[in-house]
Amino acid sequence: MAVDMNMNVLIVDDYTTMLRIIKNLLKQLGFENVDEATDGTMALDKVKSKPYGLVISDWNMEPMTGYEFLKQVRASEATYKTVPFIMVTAESKTDNVIAAKQAGVNNYIVKPFNAETLKSKISAVLGEF
Amino acid sequence: MTVQETQSQRKTMDNKKEKIVKIITSVIDKVDKNQQVSLNSILVQLRDLLLVIGEMRHEISSLSPQEIKGKHIAGATDELDAIIVATSEATGSIMDSCDVIQEKSSVIGGEEANVINEEIMKIYEACSFQDITGQRISKVVKTFQAIESKVDNLVSILGVKVHDYVPNDDDDREGDDRFLNGPQLPPEAISQGDIDKLLAELDAQD
Repeated sequence: MAVDMNMNVLIVDDYTTMLRIIKNLLKQLGFENVDEATDGTMALDKVKSKPYGLVISDWNMEPMTGYEFLKQVRASEATYKTVPFIMVTAESKTDNVIAAKQAGVNNYIVKPFNAETLKSKISAVLGEF
Repeated sequence: MTVQETQSQRKTMDNKKEKIVKIITSVIDKVDKNQQVSLNSILVQLRDLLLVIGEMRHEISSLSPQEIKGKHIAGATDELDAIIVATSEATGSIMDSCDVIQEKSSVIGGEEANVINEEIMKIYEACSFQDITGQRISKVVKTFQAIESKVDNLVSILGVKVHDYVPNDDDDREGDDRFLNGPQLPPEAISQGDIDKLLAELDAQD
């Protein structure tokens, strides 16, 4: 099935620089409808407010981490429970990757990353575009 | 404090530590072996112990733990915070310029515009260094906070009397070394405008 390039994408990071980078890379890849959040709490409010086709989240944020955000999304009974979720983080320990996977992450990108990596991971989750 | 002074102090502290361990071991051994130990002999050993601990407290106090906390750690943390702010601002400026170039490239169009966009993407990717740098610096700041806490605990456990750190401008460096201070933090730094004004004032005095 073709990827809907008009889908809503939510990016979550406490560094505004990083939000800007990811947003620009997504724009280059063809995703125009990109929303931003700066921590898990704000992101959770966003996913409750409108449907998203993809969430790309950092791990290390306060007060709610991306990991906690992921767990709350997956623990929910709402429709957003199954939203494709990619973790983009500097946390590069094996334990982190395992924990994220067990919590239901769809893919994991370690920072720093490039557009090619972002595209390939999105493709792996959503299908080729 | 020079490196030699620090090493010498550390050696003295180690000697004192050994002395304390020796005294305690001796008392424990005597009690363990159920020897006839006079109360007087134990009191003598305990007094020795008290003297050594007293000397150690004095030495820790002279290490100026409040200066470590109030000056060195606080100063290093401020410098690291300033790095985060400066790199963040620089990264923002780089990306602002990228946005302008990208916008102009769309006017050019064609293969040239594609090449420009690809290069802009690479700049964007490289800008993620700021996030990584920030996270690494945060880890260093946490390490400093842990050291600060350990110093506080040590001072508290030994009941060392310390004086509050009072910042002063004393600088024991001599000659041209006094001018080598590196970039200044915002409150101390003066702007190019301030420098121009100062130079103009000095010129007017000549």
